[in-house]
Amino acid sequence: MNFLLLAAENATQLPLAVSNGTNWFLEHAWIVPLLPAVSFVIILFFGKRMPRKGAEVGVAAVALAFVFAVLTGVAWINHRDNYTPPAASESALVIDGGEIAPDQVVPAAEEAPTKGEVVTEGGGEAEQPTVAIHKSTTWLRNGGVAFDAGILVDGLSVLMLFMVTLVSLLVHIYSTDYVAGDRRYTHFFAFLSLFTAAMLFFVLSDNILQMIVGWELVGVCSFVLIGHWWEEKANSDAAMKAFITNRVGDIGLLVGVIILFFTAGNGSFDILTINSNIVSGGVSHTALIVAAMSLTAAVMSKSGQFVLHTWLPDAMAGPTPVSALIHAATMVVAGIYMVARLYPVFFEGMQIGGSSINLLAVVGAVTLVLAGLVAFVQSDIKKVLAYSTISQLGYMVMALGVGAWTAAIFHLFTHAFFKACLFLGAGSTSHAVHSFDMKKDMGGLRRWMPHTYLTFVVASLALAGIFPLAGFWSKDEILSGTGGWGLFGGTGGNGAYTFMLAMGILGAALTGAYMTRVIYLTFHGEFRGHGTPHESGRLILVPLYVLAGFALLAGLINLPVGFITGNNSSWQERFGHYVQPVAGYFPDIAQATPSYSLAIVSSFVAFAGIGYAFWYYFVKLDRLARATGESLTELPDGLVANSAVARAGHTLLVQKYYLDHLYTDIIVGTTKGVIARAANWTNQNVIDGAVNLAGRWSVKVGRFTYDRIDQPLVDGLANATGRASNSLGDGFRVVQTGKVQQYAALLFAAAALLGGALVVVLSL
Amino acid sequence: MLLNQFLLLAAVLFCIGVYGVLVRRNGMLVLMSIEIILNAVNINLVAFGALTDNVGGEVFALFAIAVAAAEVGIGLAIVLLMYRNRRSIDLSEADLLKG
Repeated sequence: MNFLLLAAENATQLPLAVSNGTNWFLEHAWIVPLLPAVSFVIILFFGKRMPRKGAEVGVAAVALAFVFAVLTGVAWINHRDNYTPPAASESALVIDGGEIAPDQVVPAAEEAPTKGEVVTEGGGEAEQPTVAIHKSTTWLRNGGVAFDAGILVDGLSVLMLFMVTLVSLLVHIYSTDYVAGDRRYTHFFAFLSLFTAAMLFFVLSDNILQMIVGWELVGVCSFVLIGHWWEEKANSDAAMKAFITNRVGDIGLLVGVIILFFTAGNGSFDILTINSNIVSGGVSHTALIVAAMSLTAAVMSKSGQFVLHTWLPDAMAGPTPVSALIHAATMVVAGIYMVARLYPVFFEGMQIGGSSINLLAVVGAVTLVLAGLVAFVQSDIKKVLAYSTISQLGYMVMALGVGAWTAAIFHLFTHAFFKACLFLGAGSTSHAVHSFDMKKDMGGLRRWMPHTYLTFVVASLALAGIFPLAGFWSKDEILSGTGGWGLFGGTGGNGAYTFMLAMGILGAALTGAYMTRVIYLTFHGEFRGHGTPHESGRLILVPLYVLAGFALLAGLINLPVGFITGNNSSWQERFGHYVQPVAGYFPDIAQATPSYSLAIVSSFVAFAGIGYAFWYYFVKLDRLARATGESLTELPDGLVANSAVARAGHTLLVQKYYLDHLYTDIIVGTTKGVIARAANWTNQNVIDGAVNLAGRWSVKVGRFTYDRIDQPLVDGLANATGRASNSLGDGFRVVQTGKVQQYAALLFAAAALLGGALVVVLSL
Repeated sequence: MLLNQFLLLAAVLFCIGVYGVLVRRNGMLVLMSIEIILNAVNINLVAFGALTDNVGGEVFALFAIAVAAAEVGIGLAIVLLMYRNRRSIDLSEADLLKG
């Protein structure tokens, strides 16, 4: 049980320091993932015999986990506030369990390279070191390498515990109604629990090997849950696609982890060791950039970044609660979390500070705009939300790429709530109309579903970044974090990422516009489906309201500096204060200051996007629909109908940039067709030819050996030995008369002879 | 001390014993001859023990007598079984070990 607690007093010492007196909940945070894991086992084995088919176990376990997570969060806030940095003389120590006397403490200088830069933070309060709680035990030891299992509890993991358990709890409650009567109801809840456990396990990992385990577990659960209704081929294909696409990125993860193990980790998988070694500057930059790029590939697949994002929209084949849980709020943020956790690798490897372009930022910026564009041409409400998720994940990746760490995590936090709310709202509508197709089966639902409508609109506004909802604060923080805003004084930040700023602002306009389109097509106009829709039950509406409440208010926990003055100014930047590590395992990133002019411009742009979509759908289309008496979903004489260029662009978007064609037709098709045939030919003629030749020659050599060597020489020798033994035996047989007295006579004669010989020898 | 006489006596007894073992056909007599050989050895042990003033010789002789008693027990049992099976204790007929 190691408590590696961190401080960054100065760089001549290892920035790992000691604190005693931590909270029980912080030290026992592993209980949180354990609860749903136990629930998984119970549901799997006993669920079907329970009165509610196992759902009650899942809900109870996750509810308990949520309570634990909240208490852990409270404990962390306390811990963070009460922590006082130890005196300089004992500031760089490692203590085992707090019981070992100071003379047994390992001197810091032996543990890690000591060169590097001083890690300090801008604000006065932030200079206080964050004390991460690290507890680990050796799982197995092999070849001199210790494979540890443990927990690393700091602001980031506590935040994730809270968010994952909350969203998971609401999704569990929602699912009891939504999938009621499903053919694999128990199985569904079992895997929902396992998924929650896997994600919690992942965010508590204290070493990168454990992270891989959590990462893959999450991937497997995703596969199982997307393919929940595998009887339909489309669903099982989607599950397969998600799994295989993720596998592509996982190669990057493995490569990155191996590189980190041998360079930064110096033979250790421990995250704190890796991060502090990088921060203190003892790691080769080439290794880091390769590791960072490999890990970026993993992020691209898991967090649905452009080029490898194609699995995410297809993953909507799963039940809606799964989409909300896995593909909006938690699983896809695993990639973001991984970058945030190993941030020094990216910060140093990609030289985020002081630059204006890097791979991570470009991937994020491109994703957020391209995914936002595709969202316009989707008619399936969940697919719009899926592309919106990709776009928002693009924001987070971009924020990490430009060094706005806190902004990225803050956006992750707020996005989880409003996106889960949107997905669950979409599920609620489909519960009413039994379809996800906005154009065919929805429209005018606000009349029947006022509660769903209300929460959906609130979450959409939060997503679009409208003041003062959650999305406004987080998105604006990302934009100012790019440091590309030169108007009325710069915003600071780590470099001048002007391109990313432009893409971010464009993305804000797109977000507002496509969400307006979704709201019109789903809730306004005339109903286009069959039957009469109905509002969903209370088990569905309560989670919606809770999430909408968070979407409304979650932004207020990280008000920008200077937003409130006077006595209440301690309320600003609470989120960053508690979540962002400031100790030696975190790079020295510059904090951007908020810019009012930028906030006004981005709000204006978001309003412009909403306004244009509003004018198109609510004004022009609505008027035309009233005039013709039909329920329309697009203008018959719009831009696409009139301009060839727009039509081409529309086709490109409908075909999703032809990426699926690239993958299935060109890559897979070529592999299956031309390459497979060529490989077969090579196999038959070249490889098999060589093998056959070798085989024939072996037979010839073998035959020769048998005839000329084995039979005459080896066998001859063996037979001769046998014959010799036989005749010798026959000779001696005569002596064996069986008469005891003859034996005795021989014995005595021999003894007498030997005695005589002895006498002769002695007398000589 | 007259060690020579003891040794001579022992040698004579030993030879008598060996002779008996080699030429007698009767199993009982062969056993008795073996006892004579053993007693010849015992005489040697006691004689040398007395000569060197070491009680070990006598002790060893006592052990030999005890072992000889046990051995005679087994030997007699063998002879008895042999008689039961063959109605004879002629050793020249017992050649089942012939190769």
